[in-house]
Amino acid sequence: MNRVPLEKKVLSENDRIAGELRERFREHGILCLNLISSPGAGKTLLLERTLESFAPGTRVAVLTGDIQTDNDARRLARAGFPVQQITTGGACHLDARMIERALAEWRLEDLDLLLIENVGNLVCPASYDLGEAAKIVVLSVTEGEDKPLKYPSIFFKSAVLVLNKIDLLPYVPFRIQEARENARRVHPEMEIIEVSCITGEGLDVWRQWLEARQEAARAELREAPAVSS
Amino acid sequence: MHELGIANSVLEAVQTEAARHPGAVVRKVAVTVGELAGVDPDALAFSFEALTTGTEWQHLVLEIQTGPRVQRCSACGLNFRVIDYQFACPECGASQTESAGGDELELAYLEMEEP
Repeated sequence: MNRVPLEKKVLSENDRIAGELRERFREHGILCLNLISSPGAGKTLLLERTLESFAPGTRVAVLTGDIQTDNDARRLARAGFPVQQITTGGACHLDARMIERALAEWRLEDLDLLLIENVGNLVCPASYDLGEAAKIVVLSVTEGEDKPLKYPSIFFKSAVLVLNKIDLLPYVPFRIQEARENARRVHPEMEIIEVSCITGEGLDVWRQWLEARQEAARAELREAPAVSS
Repeated sequence: MHELGIANSVLEAVQTEAARHPGAVVRKVAVTVGELAGVDPDALAFSFEALTTGTEWQHLVLEIQTGPRVQRCSACGLNFRVIDYQFACPECGASQTESAGGDELELAYLEMEEP
């Protein structure tokens, strides 16, 4: 019997496309973020609040993934920025090819920030690189504080945990300190931002984080300008 | 349940590799699934079986190896396995350690009989 070593990633095709997307984003100085959470944690409202906080003319666009319906795209489009719905028709996650296809509709030259709202699911989206600069995991206080331990992959791979719906803390048994500790057990360097998209508390911290990451993307472009484009 | 898509990617990789070895019969494919890969080994095995049953690949054995979660100590350089979320270095006690494995999802090897 002959043993042939492969040492190749299983999702190498997805990773290849994601790598191309990442390079295109870098060449255009675009910050791309991939937002992941369970269904109902508040990704769409967080994005709505984020879009509302931008001045008209801000070069931002949103791709939003769902298994069915374009409800989220219609909600997000009210802010006046380009939005596209990706309907996966059953798939439980977005993959890099879906992003590549959707981006064919837009000129990357017109963008500084691309926000991707993944399908509501804490498991499968963790395995698919979309070419993003960072994954953001959103956890709401109506869920369990042990979610980071139950779904370690996504908490490990995300740069930021947005703890959402903190306005509900007085009404639910959620122990926020324990949630923070659980997240840090899985991912010690994880950044944690507490927000309420209803009262607006903490959204300034989230915006500052976004600003800092955008500035970093611009600085990277200045240091290593794109060869083409 | 994205394991079916992953099983399909594994099978495609086997087919690609098999095409490079005309006449060879692939007996086994080994995949490494890290503890943090977010892939359930049982669901992957089930999906792979469902995918290959009744096809020319139905006797292909899928071996799933688990990739442990490993941290590297920034102070003494030791690589150690993380058990129960203990991230401090077991050798020198330093708390500053960085991830050094556990999120891989890789094709390790194929076993084939060459003509």
